Amino acid sequence: MRFEINGTWREVGVDIRTSLLDLLRDHLQLPGTKKGCNQGACGACTVLVDGERINSCLALAVQYQGRSITTIEGLGTATVMHPLQCAFVEHDGFQCGYCTPGQICSAIGMASEVRRGVPSDITPDLNDTSIELTRDEVRERMSGNLCRCGAYNGIVDAVSQTFAVGQI
Amino acid sequence: MTIVDIVKTALRYVPDVLLPGVTPVPFKKKHGRIGEPLSRIDGALKVRGQARFAAEVPMDGLLYAALVHSTIPRGRIATIDTSAAEVAPGVALVMTYRNAPKMKAPQAFLEGSGVAGSNLPVMQDDTIHWNGEAVAVVLAETQEQADQATSLVSVTYSTDVAVTSFDLAKQRARHPDTVLGEAAVVKSGDVEKALVAARHRVDEVYQTPRYSHNAIELHVATVRWDGDTLVLHDATQMVNGTASTVADVFGIKAEHVRVVSPFVGGGFGGKTLWSHQILAAAAAKVAQRPVKLVLSREAVYRLVGGRTLTEQRVALGANEDGTLAALIHTGIAATTAHNSCPEQFTFPARHLYAASNFRLEQKIAEMDMVANTFMRAPGESVGTFALECAIDELSERMIIDPIELRRRLEPTKDPTSGHAFSSRHLSKAYIDGAAKFGWSKRCVQPCAQRDGEWLIGMGVATATYPYYRMPGVRARIRLDAKGHATIATAGHEMGMGTATVQVQHAADRLGLPLDQVTFKYGDSALPAGAMAGGSAQTASTLAAVAAAVEALMSKMLKLAGNDSPLAGLKVADVVARDGGLSHARDTGRFETYVSILARAKRDLVEAEEAGPPPLEFMKYSMHSYGAQFAEVGVNAVTGEVRVRRMLGSFDCGRILNPKTATSQFRGGIIMGIGLALTEETLFDERTGRIMNPSLAEYHVPVHLDVPEIDVIWTDIPDPHSPLGARGIGEIGITGIGAAIANAVHNATGVRVRSLPITLDKILPHILEHSLSTAEGLR
Repeated sequence: MRFEINGTWREVGVDIRTSLLDLLRDHLQLPGTKKGCNQGACGACTVLVDGERINSCLALAVQYQGRSITTIEGLGTATVMHPLQCAFVEHDGFQCGYCTPGQICSAIGMASEVRRGVPSDITPDLNDTSIELTRDEVRERMSGNLCRCGAYNGIVDAVSQTFAVGQI
Repeated sequence: MTIVDIVKTALRYVPDVLLPGVTPVPFKKKHGRIGEPLSRIDGALKVRGQARFAAEVPMDGLLYAALVHSTIPRGRIATIDTSAAEVAPGVALVMTYRNAPKMKAPQAFLEGSGVAGSNLPVMQDDTIHWNGEAVAVVLAETQEQADQATSLVSVTYSTDVAVTSFDLAKQRARHPDTVLGEAAVVKSGDVEKALVAARHRVDEVYQTPRYSHNAIELHVATVRWDGDTLVLHDATQMVNGTASTVADVFGIKAEHVRVVSPFVGGGFGGKTLWSHQILAAAAAKVAQRPVKLVLSREAVYRLVGGRTLTEQRVALGANEDGTLAALIHTGIAATTAHNSCPEQFTFPARHLYAASNFRLEQKIAEMDMVANTFMRAPGESVGTFALECAIDELSERMIIDPIELRRRLEPTKDPTSGHAFSSRHLSKAYIDGAAKFGWSKRCVQPCAQRDGEWLIGMGVATATYPYYRMPGVRARIRLDAKGHATIATAGHEMGMGTATVQVQHAADRLGLPLDQVTFKYGDSALPAGAMAGGSAQTASTLAAVAAAVEALMSKMLKLAGNDSPLAGLKVADVVARDGGLSHARDTGRFETYVSILARAKRDLVEAEEAGPPPLEFMKYSMHSYGAQFAEVGVNAVTGEVRVRRMLGSFDCGRILNPKTATSQFRGGIIMGIGLALTEETLFDERTGRIMNPSLAEYHVPVHLDVPEIDVIWTDIPDPHSPLGARGIGEIGITGIGAAIANAVHNATGVRVRSLPITLDKILPHILEHSLSTAEGLR
């Protein structure tokens, strides 16, 4: 199986039952993507596939052959962090750090959805192509990413700030 | 009276100066890094996904593990057929009680030096003790192979009668030997008589359900045997205790078990020693290969206990002036016969309110279930729900503001122990919190405020949590020739900001910039550290580091010798600043550490010390306090409760890092929102099986459930704790259940005395109220 992961093509032979999450963590030495429930309930495993956010625990690796996958390790450069990563540190958008990679990948995918005009459950006008990313819009759209430490206020601050200046 | 109580009473008459620990090592620096809102020093690692958790440690030849769980609550394994699993592709071992190594039962927490969640033997015979107990471990070359092979293990059981009904268990309820070292019954006067005679009375029963910690990181054990030495990469809040307890299980020396746990993805009381670490180590021993056991989310529910359910009675009898003639707080918590964790829900009532007569009494009712355990503010979280709802109910009956009632009940000394308070500014926390929250805008009458279909209400409750400091905590400081200090102690980082705050403290105390200090922790090979529990790790570690710094300074001064500007000075004469030591007043007498070491031709200086024994909280009544404010909206059509605003006003001594402290307080408050509104571990009383073992069916608060949470604090240092700080990790969850329940009452007129406050408990009563107060709602 071939995948473009963080800009590099990787070839690997794994059991066809392997989830995309386990492929990353157990076979490609990319454990930055986290396992919290293995059933799509917590969002810790969120990665970007061709820019769209998915729960990698619910995805079989075989389904994603030939696709471009971005994980937390693929954000920023070796020396400079992605602006959203910096904002998470600045606003203390985490405590234990376990849900954090999923929160960050999810926020990047979410920002792109908003810019494309994809409405959420609380968007007032579903036909509106220009959606204002209010704090409640962030909350609704990020509700698939659980944080048991309760860093939600800081996460909303970090996401709102970077979105407002076009960094996500 | 327990022995501990007698010692505490005796200490009351000993002057502070004679008691080590009661007067902390002075902190001479006034303007340092302590108190600054420093960002986490491990932040970059975490946001880049580079922090390595226990499941992410690579090992050659690693086998993956999966478990088979019992499906009955009590009985025996009649047959267990592993033959199909053993020949499944990739399977290396199927371990059951028949081929598991002989192991001693682990010592449970508060039993000797043990830290296990339960003292049951692990996979030693065919006995089943609870529904969900592990009956087989499958090891295979891949996780997929191991998972699939578990479906090939067939087990039949012979079932014994089990106690899985709380009502049945209650019939045999008894007093526990102690409640965390305190007496199960504390009483004074004829309280029932005083209650009957009181002018105003509240007498109600409050119920709280089972809860699960649900740290997002799953429980993990990645293990390897190097000969007779076990290396256990664990997700744990107690590396030292785990090492010694596991060593005892395998009959080896404590130093032959090394527990490593540098990052823990949330703990909250749940990341302790359970059967999975022992099973992983046993299977690795049999297979003679390294093993990784990552529990599935369901397996966490099956093998790791949570907070138990409680049923509590609170009865208050008040005089006309608002003082209490009677305070009764009694109740029962479900536990097992294999652990000692009575959920100390009467602790808040032991310290919060003055009352002429009182009776505070805890019982336990034993059930056949996975052992319950400590979860964030065990006791205080659910105890404050009952007590603080009852105070609110009393204030309503007396037609008095609930904050004013609490002010009148404020004691001058600890109401049950008689000790002086070390530092108590609860009234200030209320005044500051009420002003910032806008409490004066609250309508006293319920159902008086409405926003569209939402009924709006405000509630308030007291938060409280004891101060603890652990004995025997040690720290080692190594200062090298470049002037870099490395602090080492076997502490834990589960997100509390441990490393960050400890670096701030050590930098100040040693007079070094932050980047010249490294904090090493999370490894049982380091000097014995504080477990992450009882909100005590920070204070316990601070005291050890302060002692080690004193010892290091003493060595430095000796090393400086007669040619140094510091010649002849003692530790008491000097302060640390600018990478060296200076005379406290004659600032011209100064030499850097680098210079001292260079002249002495030394590569490093090292000192290791333990903090003094924690006598301060034996002599004084030491607690943190807070005032929790909530504004809720209750949907008049659906009964749904949404939290609109929260404010926590805390009195926790000195705040060491406002940024990380705010996150700790908010985290507790958010877990409190879950406790109040959405969380419940559903236990099938017919089968003893947990019915919602998943994050899809156990509802922790999500982004949209959490509003802006304002946090303020008094920042008044406690004169008897290291740096004047008391713990902050657990107090945030206390009082929240009551603040929200009281707000729901203010919004709707409905008193919900059983958590969680789900819409089915409100809606029928809202309809009644809506009809009876239709005029007010219009």
